[in-house]
Amino acid sequence: MYGNAYIDPNEKPLSILDGEDPIKLAEFEARIARGEKIEPKDWMPKEYRKQLIRMIEQHAHSEIIGALPEGTWITRAPGFKRKLALMAKVQDEVGHAQLLYSAAETLGKSREAMINDLITGKSKYSNVFNYPALTWADSCVIAWLIDAGAIINQVANAKGSYGPYGRALDRICTEESFHLKYGHHNVVTLATGTPFQRQMVQEALTRWWPPIMHFFGPSDKISNHTTILMKWKVKMATNDDMRQQFLNMYVPKIWDLGLVLPDANLKKNEETKLWEYTEPDWDEFKRVINGGGPCNAERLAVRRMAEEKGRWVRAALLNKSEKYVTPLA
Amino acid sequence: MINSLDPRIAREKINEDNTIAPLTEMDNWETYEVFHQKKRGEQHEHVGIVHAPNNEMALLFGKEQYGRRGISVNIWVVKTSNVFASDYDDADIFETVPDKQYREAGGYKVMEMINKYKKENKVK
Repeated sequence: MYGNAYIDPNEKPLSILDGEDPIKLAEFEARIARGEKIEPKDWMPKEYRKQLIRMIEQHAHSEIIGALPEGTWITRAPGFKRKLALMAKVQDEVGHAQLLYSAAETLGKSREAMINDLITGKSKYSNVFNYPALTWADSCVIAWLIDAGAIINQVANAKGSYGPYGRALDRICTEESFHLKYGHHNVVTLATGTPFQRQMVQEALTRWWPPIMHFFGPSDKISNHTTILMKWKVKMATNDDMRQQFLNMYVPKIWDLGLVLPDANLKKNEETKLWEYTEPDWDEFKRVINGGGPCNAERLAVRRMAEEKGRWVRAALLNKSEKYVTPLA
Repeated sequence: MINSLDPRIAREKINEDNTIAPLTEMDNWETYEVFHQKKRGEQHEHVGIVHAPNNEMALLFGKEQYGRRGISVNIWVVKTSNVFASDYDDADIFETVPDKQYREAGGYKVMEMINKYKKENKVK
């Protein structure tokens, strides 16, 4: 699972190409235009490296933090089959974090530095995970629809220009297909079950719809910056395009189950082929991503606790004569 | 104190403002490159890295990380620091020149000679 890399709108606009060697830059752009992949030791513009580290790192953090709301229900999953499946899914997500940290590491930021930035709140992760999974049905809605959103995002990004990120995403997408099926099976089971089960899944869906609409991030302003990142194949689709793709694929499937989405304006315009919806509350999004959500403090405190409790084990196993080397690919 | 919905977390009695010392370099150990073989008879292929404190744990993590869906029959792990690799900037070392046709199958054409011989000697 994943959310877009969050770029703070108040961040100082960068002079992206400042100080770059024009000949190397032209070669780099030509290589991307030909569909070639960029590998870790290749020359790359500073801004390309910076944006990719930010994006892959945030993606990794999202996987590791995303395991927490879903993990909430492991101890009380309804039956062994669901419990085993949920444990496997949560383990996958943590594994995805490791794959992504590895990909980001090839760009020169150590895993320790990324974890430090996560636990001090310097780095962001997908905003949806700052909300609680209040019931079992919430975990089912997450597994189906958040993972669905993640797949749309990851399939797009897997075609990006940075080799190690694309390879990690290909692998992740294969595993996500089980998550999506698992989530759908759960939601369908509840929606076609007893009146109480139906009510539970409807309430969870109503709770999760605003975070789901936030998931792909605010409309991208068509800025110089976005244009360059798209030319460099760092960003593969606009946030709005991905949101449209998600609505087009999943709203009909939700309506098939007779479930109601809490947006009276949601409909497909048959002329434009685009979905119309009430603009999500972006002030709420900003408030939550900047620390004001119901679970931000808990998520980071749990992560710090986990790092601290594991520290002596990691130290005991460390061979002090070893030196860190940046991974090859 | 965090009153989490997750009973495993609630039991830990964590303070929201718990602070910890930052992780230092090598806290997560060195890296190993992982290679797997999809099935017997095929070549091993690089799949990624793991962080591990020794060979045995690298193999364990490699299996968990890359062999989780039954797609591997064998795994190798090699310390990244032990891999000596060529540089992409030196990609021209792999280039060849047209006058090295003598070591390509396409450098040996005989049909013209055979046809000429058959014509001159009236071979049917």
